[in-house]
Amino acid sequence: MTVLVYLIPLALFLGLVGLFGFLWSLRNHQYDDLDGAALRILDDNDVESRSGPRKTH
Amino acid sequence: MSAVDLSHYVKSAGDGVCHIDLAVEGIRCAGCMSAVEKRLKRIPGVTEARVNFTLRRVGVEWQAGALEPASLVEALDGIGYPARPFAPGASEAESDAEMKRLLRCLAIAGFAAMNIMLLSVAVWAGNVTDITPETRDFFHWLSALIALPAASFAGQPFFSSAWKALRSRRTNMDVPISVGVLLALGVSLYETAISAEHAYFDSAITLLFFLLAGRVLDQAMRRKTRALAGNLAALKGETAERLAADGATTTVPGAALVIGDTILVRPGDRIAADGVVLSGASDIDESLVTGETMPRRVATGEAVYAGTLNHGSTLTVRVSAPAGGSLVDEVQALLDKATEARSRRVDLADRAARYYAPVVHLTALFAAIGWVVVGAGLHQAVLVATAVLIITCPCALALAIPAVQVVSAGALFRRGIFLNSGNAIERLAEVDTIVFDKTGTLTTPEFRVANAAAWPRDLVDLAARLARSSRHPLAAALAAEAPDSPRFEGVTEEPGQGLRTTIDGIEARLGSAAYCGIEAGDAGGAVSRLWFRHGGRTAVFDIRQALKADAREVVAELKTRGYDCRILSGDVEAAVAPIAEALGIPYAAHMKPADKIAALKALAADGHRVAMVGDGLNDAPALAEAHVSLSPISAIDLTRAQADSVFLGERLRPVVDAFDVGRRARRLMSQNLVFTVVYNAAAVPLAVFGVVTPLIAAVAMSVSSVTVTVNAVRARPRAFRTPSTARPTPSPAEVAA
Repeated sequence: MTVLVYLIPLALFLGLVGLFGFLWSLRNHQYDDLDGAALRILDDNDVESRSGPRKTH
Repeated sequence: MSAVDLSHYVKSAGDGVCHIDLAVEGIRCAGCMSAVEKRLKRIPGVTEARVNFTLRRVGVEWQAGALEPASLVEALDGIGYPARPFAPGASEAESDAEMKRLLRCLAIAGFAAMNIMLLSVAVWAGNVTDITPETRDFFHWLSALIALPAASFAGQPFFSSAWKALRSRRTNMDVPISVGVLLALGVSLYETAISAEHAYFDSAITLLFFLLAGRVLDQAMRRKTRALAGNLAALKGETAERLAADGATTTVPGAALVIGDTILVRPGDRIAADGVVLSGASDIDESLVTGETMPRRVATGEAVYAGTLNHGSTLTVRVSAPAGGSLVDEVQALLDKATEARSRRVDLADRAARYYAPVVHLTALFAAIGWVVVGAGLHQAVLVATAVLIITCPCALALAIPAVQVVSAGALFRRGIFLNSGNAIERLAEVDTIVFDKTGTLTTPEFRVANAAAWPRDLVDLAARLARSSRHPLAAALAAEAPDSPRFEGVTEEPGQGLRTTIDGIEARLGSAAYCGIEAGDAGGAVSRLWFRHGGRTAVFDIRQALKADAREVVAELKTRGYDCRILSGDVEAAVAPIAEALGIPYAAHMKPADKIAALKALAADGHRVAMVGDGLNDAPALAEAHVSLSPISAIDLTRAQADSVFLGERLRPVVDAFDVGRRARRLMSQNLVFTVVYNAAAVPLAVFGVVTPLIAAVAMSVSSVTVTVNAVRARPRAFRTPSTARPTPSPAEVAA
């Protein structure tokens, strides 16, 4: 069971990475407009491509 | 008219970048969002434009001096998205900060709960198989290492609220929560130190996580309703024409006016700020302030109030503090008293906590004493007491009411009702009497011609076409009688008197009786009148505020539901009586703000719970005094701030909806409370007899929390299912009202 000595700290470390990711996104106003984020993904023309706007279906 | 000067709302974002927030109407889909953003980004100088869909706002940035902010509003108006500048109030910034704090706490509690549960499940599995004491201790110490810092951070919202309550010698739901969490952590730490079999770290942290999730949802709902109600206020925001010393005028938003400014108020305009008339004389419609429909005559030196409508001729007004006006002072004094009474009101959750906390703490104490008496050690007794506190820790109770509040607030929101205070829902359910104000609540704020049918149609058409040339509110009401007819050429308007032109070679006049050469009859104080003469033919138009389209139906429906409806109006008897008769409900006229309060107190003394629905400044104290209060969005600002909830639109239907949702919510809250009592009655004996392991505690807590939450979701009325695009964003007509 000595494997636990480094596996558990590793698991905790990964959890902490997630936690800091969340806090970082919170600080960057990513939770200010959740409804908007759901709709923005539907917009096909938000990135200007080199060959003009992409065709939409 | 010149472009509106919006510099009042422009904020500096540093580095010479300017920022403005605009409340935008009509954003409903992804396409709207990109249309708005692209249109704004096409304006030269705009560096950033981003729509916040949740709050229906757009933030725009540009290099200082590159453009006039008014051009942004014009551009959006041009593509069909009316926009108004928006200055977030202090309370909104505060609720944003609170939201972030709660989300941070939730994230940390979530992280800790997941990792501790991972370790705990291993311990529970190991305890029935072959875990070594060393491994178990290692897991427990790790749990402590995660739980203690996490609880000290994520528990702060509860600890500080509990501390505040205890210091003022009260108790609230956060007191048993804090005691439970702290005791569970303390005992677990001790158990870990003596390398015992059980520790309750997971219970303490999971409890915090559940409760924080409830608070985050609650806060999110409040923030959204508050922000959208703020948008509506911004969208109906009045502009004013500010007069500079050199006689030049600039159009500015009403909020940008400061004391000492001079403003020009044209006929048909609403007065944007309280002030004193510098020059001119006019008739002012103060129905939004006093409830009286008959205009008041004002002359130089007299006070005028914000929100009133100029009927007569152009006035110059110096903006001043709203002092001196006896009505405003009276309202303010009454308001202070009523608000004080309101702050002593205790809501359902705290009432439940008041009984719950002592019972739970005494049970834990007696359980511990009982175990000592029957010969168990102190250690065993403390463990039992802890188990009692954890199993009764009011996770379910603390979620039982807020969860219903959140779902109900959402249901109300979708019907165009915004809650100002969260516990208004339960109070809506307790009401048995509904008191309406007349002007602007039962009637529309606009005027209608009441007797058009009494005159020949062609004469009405002529008068209506002539009326089209004036901005006067009475003329506008008459013009609405012939909506598609063109206006006459060569109309002369004589301020304060009327209009004249020549039709078919015969002079036509519309205006006051004297102007038209007609003898004025007695109007009875109930209506405003317009006289019309075309050669030898004459007409007198009675113009009054009409009942809202669904007022009859709504009042009838409320009556069949057993509500006692009545009218308390500040208007004269002659104006109130026909309305009350049409609705078939009792009324009282000539009510001053103090009279309204006295009437409400008399009703309360008879054991009635009264809901007040009103919109005028004179209603504000009554709204604060009533058990629960509603206000249409067209209400005056001060009044809207007093109301427990604000409803949209020109209809009264939301009032019925509000009481329906309230009653439903109240029923679910009671069910949830009964469930938690039953749950505790079953679980507490287990804890008292010492058979509750951390595993049982975790399962019991989760099951009870999920049960009350699922039950709360039923507060969403089944009958109301519309596509998600149906939003309470008001139509322009509603906002203009």
